[in-house]
Amino acid sequence: MKANVIVFPGSNCDRDVQVALEKFQIQTTMVWHQDNEMPKSDLVVLPGGFSYGDYLRCGSMASKSNIMNEVIKHANQGGYLIGICNGFQILTETGLLPGALLRNKKLKFICKYVDLLIENNSTPFTSKYKKNEKIKVPIAHNEGNYFADEKTLNELKNNNQIVLKYCDENSNVNDEGNPNGSCLNIAGIINKKNNVIGMMPHPERCVENILGGTDGSGIFQSLLN
Amino acid sequence: MTEVNLNLAIQHGLTADEYHKIIELIGRNPNMTELGIFSAMWNEHCSYKSSRIWLGTLPTKNERVIQGPGENAGVIDIDDGDVAIFKIESHNHPSFIEPYQGAATGVGGILRDVFTMGARPVANLNAIRFGSPDHPKTKHLLNGVVAGIAGYGNCIGVPTVGGEVEFDSCYDGNILVNAMNIGLAKKDKVFYSIASGVGNPVIYVGSKTGRDGIHGASMASQEFDSDSESKKPTVQVGDPFAEKLLLEACLELMQTDTIVSIQDMGAAGLTSSSVEMASKGKIGIELDLNKVPCRETGMTPYEMMLSESQERMLIVLKTGKEKEAEKIFKKWDLDFSVIGVLTDSKNLTLKHDNKVVCDIPISALADEAPKYEREWVETKHPDHIDLEKKIDDINLEQTIKNLISHPNQADKSWVWEQYDHMVMCDTAQFPGGDAAVIRVHGNNKKAIAASVDCTPRYCNSHPFTGGMQAVCETYRNLCAVGAEPIAITNCLNFGNPEKPEIMGQFVGVIKGMTEACKKLNYPVISGNVSLYNETNGVGINPTPTIGGVGLIKDISKIKSSRFKAQNNNIYIIGKTEGHLEQSILCYDLLHLKKGPPPTVNLEEELKNGKAIRSLINKDLIISCHDISSGGLILCLLEMSIASQLGFNINTNKKSIDRIKFLFGEDQSRYIVEVSNQNKDGFENHLKNINVHFENIGKTSDKISIDDDLKFNLQELSKLNKEWFYKYNN
Repeated sequence: MKANVIVFPGSNCDRDVQVALEKFQIQTTMVWHQDNEMPKSDLVVLPGGFSYGDYLRCGSMASKSNIMNEVIKHANQGGYLIGICNGFQILTETGLLPGALLRNKKLKFICKYVDLLIENNSTPFTSKYKKNEKIKVPIAHNEGNYFADEKTLNELKNNNQIVLKYCDENSNVNDEGNPNGSCLNIAGIINKKNNVIGMMPHPERCVENILGGTDGSGIFQSLLN
Repeated sequence: MTEVNLNLAIQHGLTADEYHKIIELIGRNPNMTELGIFSAMWNEHCSYKSSRIWLGTLPTKNERVIQGPGENAGVIDIDDGDVAIFKIESHNHPSFIEPYQGAATGVGGILRDVFTMGARPVANLNAIRFGSPDHPKTKHLLNGVVAGIAGYGNCIGVPTVGGEVEFDSCYDGNILVNAMNIGLAKKDKVFYSIASGVGNPVIYVGSKTGRDGIHGASMASQEFDSDSESKKPTVQVGDPFAEKLLLEACLELMQTDTIVSIQDMGAAGLTSSSVEMASKGKIGIELDLNKVPCRETGMTPYEMMLSESQERMLIVLKTGKEKEAEKIFKKWDLDFSVIGVLTDSKNLTLKHDNKVVCDIPISALADEAPKYEREWVETKHPDHIDLEKKIDDINLEQTIKNLISHPNQADKSWVWEQYDHMVMCDTAQFPGGDAAVIRVHGNNKKAIAASVDCTPRYCNSHPFTGGMQAVCETYRNLCAVGAEPIAITNCLNFGNPEKPEIMGQFVGVIKGMTEACKKLNYPVISGNVSLYNETNGVGINPTPTIGGVGLIKDISKIKSSRFKAQNNNIYIIGKTEGHLEQSILCYDLLHLKKGPPPTVNLEEELKNGKAIRSLINKDLIISCHDISSGGLILCLLEMSIASQLGFNINTNKKSIDRIKFLFGEDQSRYIVEVSNQNKDGFENHLKNINVHFENIGKTSDKISIDDDLKFNLQELSKLNKEWFYKYNN
């Protein structure tokens, strides 16, 4: 399997994702945001970080980068595309995924392991997990408060597009388990075609015990299926 | 241009003597630009004029030190051709005036010091100290400083992995923000700031120069008064995004063969960077100020030379390599400008609009900077006080609850969860433990450990002991995770050095640190001094923040301070005497602030530290935590809360003796958890190496002490956790 990781000015989880992909024998190429083309690949990753310093609005400037034309083409042709954290913000800015990521409810950056519920395991990114399985994956963001209007939220629900939800330690999806105020506790969603996923949690940060856990491995293993 | 006179010199923070010395050195009256440059180079912050003589007495070498003090940061050898580069620096004054930007640019500045030398920064740490939580400014300052550290570190993508937070009314008018950074590099790819090669081009890269931060370094060299709010314009504004680009561009440039030397523009900006580089190389430097990329129009040479705009670097390139270098900076959308050349004049020569606006010998600015042998009086060792009557009848149960919920002992996750402590995916030990552990990227076995510590109340009571203790505490924290301590960096925060008693504190601390560094083979390789931490004449407790770094050869062996399982054995390593004066119990809970700190026995420190490391290497202990502020009881409770496992201990003591046993802060001690299976092996090993140990009980599902004191673990955890959330709500 081959992956391209897009590097924007201000990306800072690009190397982390590369290391994780390579750990699962996914051949990885780093692609610079100003490039007009990229190598053919099965997967494209928009990594976390602060593209363009998060100035203007998180992800908005990156969504207008040269390379994004290629990334959108890749997605439209059915290629796998995953946006993690800032990458998720970029995906909503491009319109590949609906909704927006607002500032966390308590207006503070949050970095910690959180409990997540696998709401949908019939995606290419989550097939290795069981439905309703609880996993622990870190978040690290200031703007992860997922927002969409009623209609969009209903569509997401009805189409089974909600992939990950924040939950408490007993797998209850409630306010207590919601770290940032996201609508419906949404932590990750997928597009209707089932090939573009955006998620605030960082699976690349938990693929080794020494880093605090391995629950993120399932994302990469699912892709290899 | 304004005629320079004594009055103007005094307004620049120079004394009459210093002004006359300038005239003598250059043989004429300086012009306005030159006066500004002298004031920037000769202020306390840049010249270390009060501290230099004493700093020279600190040990700075051991077999692993590659670069000691005098460069942008210190360098140590961590085997296999790898080096760790680190330094700590203060940003106290700006953070008090504008907490977010002050703290943010403190982080930005220390990051630049490290990557200037060719290292990729891998860990941020910090020590932040505030006034009493009840003081009207404290909440605002705490929130601003934490957000500023987070804002900068998170954006640039370097994890913030450890630190200290303390509240004490002595910081009401002078908070402390000390930021440390550690980077990793290859031994043969370290860059220095010594300029060389007449004719080599001098390059300016990074952000543009604006009018922010003019005279920041001079501000940091003065006491505060009620007028300090008006100094906001002297605080720099940080742009972590620009720094991220600068970091990547510099590291990319360092892979090419183009750089002669490189220096970041920190305090006193273009002035100190150009003068320091030229001074180290004993060479002249000529700059054309019309070439300096400016953010605003009409900036004068005076403003350009004194601006402290952030995210800028000065580089001396090899002749002919300008195009190659420029390409890299353009790729990263950064300014790149050839602004000057190295000369054989040994002068700092500045041109603007085709006129020479400054021409002064580099040696006058650097070597001839004033050095003062300030008057000092030794702080007497305080007499012991009679505590028995005051302590005998305290309610132990309530006191323990007060201890765990006191802001200085409360869980700090409200702070460190605002910091991205995991980015770069090498953080093997999160904040909240004894020391942070960072894996050496790409190496599956090796890691570095780091800890920042100081106990200012000890330093205030007896500076010599406090100086020793601060060094020892970092040593202990590194040993507790299984690291071999290698070297330290220091940030020496004191009051006004012109007062002999303050200077006496400084001298005492330096002497104490020197003893400890020598005995532990744990030298100082970098650091900074922050004096004049006084407001309206009231100084802070002397606060020598020590940042220690150690090496872990096998990361699979590291220990955390969480209990691991029930029914394991709990031991104290080291002798317990029950020293209560200056303990948290006396100082923070009972407000009895007199008496001496616990003594530090360096022999014991060394022996017990080695013992802990050998126990970890032999897999004889399961968890380990050093005993520091709060004594044995706090140490046990922290291990308990972190793991949600209890303990059942027997002190075999009554009344005051029991209080001393639980709350005493005797040094050089650790608590370790030992499995039943390893109990004999553990005891035999310690007997063989003649290290004192004491079995005090077992891990359990509940917390109980001597069968008469019982605690609900969940209740204690809640008390411990909630202070910061309630305070900041």
